[in-house]
Amino acid sequence: MEDALILGAVTLNSRLFIGTGKYASDALIPAVIEASGAEVVTVALRRVGMQQEGVMDHIPENVRLLPNTSGARTAEEAVRLARLAKAAGCGDWVKIEVIADTRHLLPDGYETCKATEILAKEGFTVLPYINPDLYVARSLISAGAACVMPLAAPIGTNRGLQTKEMIGILIEELDTPVIVDAGLGRPSQACEAMEMGAAACLVNTAIASADDPVTMARAFHLAVRAGRESFLAGAGLVRDSSLAEASSPLTGFLQ
Amino acid sequence: MHLVINGQPQEVTCSRLDELVQSLHLDAKRLVAEINGEIVAREHFATTQLQENDKLELVHFVGGG
Repeated sequence: MEDALILGAVTLNSRLFIGTGKYASDALIPAVIEASGAEVVTVALRRVGMQQEGVMDHIPENVRLLPNTSGARTAEEAVRLARLAKAAGCGDWVKIEVIADTRHLLPDGYETCKATEILAKEGFTVLPYINPDLYVARSLISAGAACVMPLAAPIGTNRGLQTKEMIGILIEELDTPVIVDAGLGRPSQACEAMEMGAAACLVNTAIASADDPVTMARAFHLAVRAGRESFLAGAGLVRDSSLAEASSPLTGFLQ
Repeated sequence: MHLVINGQPQEVTCSRLDELVQSLHLDAKRLVAEINGEIVAREHFATTQLQENDKLELVHFVGGG
């Protein structure tokens, strides 16, 4: 397969992962998933009977579920959530998300590493959500993570690639896939992340909060593909000088 | 029988987990259950006896990012 993304034991054609939270109506989700081309979608685990309805009726069977451990404040809680998610019978992928800071929702790298180590040993394919910190990323890879998922900006903010330089360092230094997660607000920003060499992007709020989520899902699909192709094509040099360089031959008119 | 279900104290008349799930009008196919911190596999719902003061967690997937 051409330019596939391999995560754990799975080969993916689509480099856009999408979340299923915050839709005005969950009934939009099937059309959003189709328009996005996503093969991986995230879900959360919560007690039944609370405000939220179950989402599984709206998720096609052919997509791979990526349960997150949102709500976990410690490694121990994340491990518990991951095991519960696995018991639901939807595979062994898990997005580790350990957040004790409710103001900025920034992930706790230390607890994330502890959870990753335990779950990777149990056979989970672990996709950890992190601050774009090279040392945390390396620790996670040593602990068995299948990729790292650095945030572009705080969760749900649509603020774009605020951490661009740090993500660039991860991409440059790591052989493991870097999947940009959280904060991407526009397809152009996802395109830029892919152009930098990100392996994939995970988008939720930007699609769910758009006036037309289905069209926005398609826009992200196209942007991620465009960015990926641009990366593979190898962009031309940016010239230091402000002087122009002709694109057409500089010989005189018909001479 | 007295149980704590998702943090709420409740009196129930059923004695097996599958009966409880049914009485709460929940879809067992979409559910994960934990009793006193131990996960109960779905295929064991029908053979799992509930005990007085058991603490149950019944969880399912919801939309999330």
